[in-house]
Amino acid sequence: MIRLLPENPVAALSIKLGVGAVGMFVFALWIMPPLYNAFCEITGLNGKTGDRYEATSAEVDTSRTIKVQFVATNNEGMPWKFAPKVRTVEVHPGEQTRIDFEAFNPTDRKMIGQAIPSLVPFKASSYFHKTECFCFNQQHLAAGEGADLPMFFIVDRDLPQQIHTITLSYTLFDVTDRYGDGEDNVASVTQ
Amino acid sequence: MAHGPAKGITRWLYTTNHKDIGSMYLWFSFAMFFLGGIFALVIRAELFQPGLQIVEPNFFNQMTTMHGLIMVFGAVMPAFVGLANWMIPMMVGAPDMALPRMNNWSFWILPFAFLMLVSTLFMQGGAPNFGWTFYAPLSTTYAPPSVTFFIFAIHIMGASSIMGAINIIATILNMRAPGMTLMKMPLFVWTWLITAYLLIAVMPVLAGVVTMMLMDIHFGTSFFDAAGGGDPVLFQHVFWFFGHPEVYIMILPAFGIVSAIIPTFARKPLFGYSSMVYATASIAFLSFIVWAHHMFTVGMPIAGELFFMYATMLIAVPTGVKVFNWVATMFRGAMTFETPMLFAVAFVILFTIGGFSGLMLAIAPADFQYHDTYFVVAHFHYVLVPGAIFSITAAVYYWLPKWCGHMYNEAMGKAHFWLAFIGLNLTFFPMHFSGLAGMPRRIPDYHMMFADWNMLSSVGAFLFGGAQVLFLYIVVSTILKGKKATAEVWDNPEGLEWTVPSPAPYHTFSTPPEVK
Repeated sequence: MIRLLPENPVAALSIKLGVGAVGMFVFALWIMPPLYNAFCEITGLNGKTGDRYEATSAEVDTSRTIKVQFVATNNEGMPWKFAPKVRTVEVHPGEQTRIDFEAFNPTDRKMIGQAIPSLVPFKASSYFHKTECFCFNQQHLAAGEGADLPMFFIVDRDLPQQIHTITLSYTLFDVTDRYGDGEDNVASVTQ
Repeated sequence: MAHGPAKGITRWLYTTNHKDIGSMYLWFSFAMFFLGGIFALVIRAELFQPGLQIVEPNFFNQMTTMHGLIMVFGAVMPAFVGLANWMIPMMVGAPDMALPRMNNWSFWILPFAFLMLVSTLFMQGGAPNFGWTFYAPLSTTYAPPSVTFFIFAIHIMGASSIMGAINIIATILNMRAPGMTLMKMPLFVWTWLITAYLLIAVMPVLAGVVTMMLMDIHFGTSFFDAAGGGDPVLFQHVFWFFGHPEVYIMILPAFGIVSAIIPTFARKPLFGYSSMVYATASIAFLSFIVWAHHMFTVGMPIAGELFFMYATMLIAVPTGVKVFNWVATMFRGAMTFETPMLFAVAFVILFTIGGFSGLMLAIAPADFQYHDTYFVVAHFHYVLVPGAIFSITAAVYYWLPKWCGHMYNEAMGKAHFWLAFIGLNLTFFPMHFSGLAGMPRRIPDYHMMFADWNMLSSVGAFLFGGAQVLFLYIVVSTILKGKKATAEVWDNPEGLEWTVPSPAPYHTFSTPPEVK
């Protein structure tokens, strides 16, 4: 049998404790963040909405009407004009709706933007599905260029009964410095 | 084998003697205590009156940040490690620490860590200015360039603490004299054993969180950057997962010190020894499941708020057991009030006040009002100053005669106590009121309505600072001269450390003592 630990009890204990410390470092750096993201995704706690959704059944529940509000905010230092064309829509659960956001780059240089969604109430996060969204990709706008950014969504028919209003907020970040190497990077993260 | 310490500077550089290393830790901590204290006085001088008088707001923020970091990592933690180095081998009847060379290393990397941290004050952009809790993205995206030095300083301090903790556990578990069973160990040893496990569990998490900051700043990751898919709230979770056990790291050894001092001066054995051990262990366990009570306002779901609120309140139970036991030890004891006892009794009373304001903060709905106000500042200074600092001061007065062989001057010790006691309460009690009235923490200027309380706090702070200069004088003069101390020093104290002569010889317990 191979001895993993030295016979000297002090050395053996110190090695065990050292391994414990390294284990906690690994836990903090490589396990806590994914665990946190998974936890938030399951519970919808931080208001992040899910990935691209494939619409399954097209049945529409006309007995309920849900008010969906849109908010657009620029992160600090982001000069683009960014706003939803419609601020509020009323939809039936199960029905696909298109909303356009307007973006305009008033600067004299090419820029890249990334919109990050956040949804309240948190309980609704897992019932708000996006079949197509500009937030799945980065947006490239040349100097003085504007664009209509589309977003298609379906409110799930299983949305809890007590929820009548959903607010979806987009914060637009300037990621030109981070991804400004010309390639169209797809953000490698859950939108 | 009668050989004494080596001569000259190399004695201190190469020493593997637990008493030498303990002394170096204590002096280092004392120096950091004064440095952190000076930063605190800059803060209090600026806050003496509303308006901006003395320093720029950015420098003010650097002062609050550096004050917190230096006091937590430079003053309180090394002081406890120094006391552990001096006392644990003598208390368990061991000739030295289990890993003497690592002991030397874990001390000698500390001055470099703090040199690096303090040098950021002279760098372009200034020192870290984002508060000692260094919340991202304030400490990443918006930080001064010196933040990288701060990160490496934290790495080194963490390595030092982890090595110290491993050493302490190895000493306690392997080096006890025959007959010294775990449940016969002095409570200072027990509390340090549990503290050391906390250190090993959470210092790597602190290292992890600053490493994530480092990668966000320099290597393009997005742990805490929302633009890249990260989450700033994650920072707070990871930080407080470290941070809450950390506050118990700074208080559990204090419990051990007070549990040693009160029985000596009440002339009664400690009431409820085993319940003290179990209470310490429960506090340590609970410290891992309450971290989010520091972040009630981030937008947690109601279930999370309730869980962290109740779990936090649960800590009051083992803490209450401890306070009860200290009071029961004093009850009907033949009490005398020498300086260590004065500090220990003040610890029990003032720490309990800090505990009560902690209970108020634990109430999630009420916390929304208290959050980030001076009420929080009052709370954690009431647990840390009379908690950690008073217990360390008590320990120095209690064991200094054993260390240097001289008695301190009792009248001066008492003068130090009363100045510190009055200064402390004058500084921090008014902060409860300014906080409840809405004064936010970490601001260099404030509304006129808070002016009176702040002026009182500033006067108290300078009084408290002056008391510590007296403390330095007392310590130095006691080491240089003073009445010869007996081996027992006090009236029939309990513990193996009192069976060796005063001053304690360079090598003690080369043959293990007999423990009955």
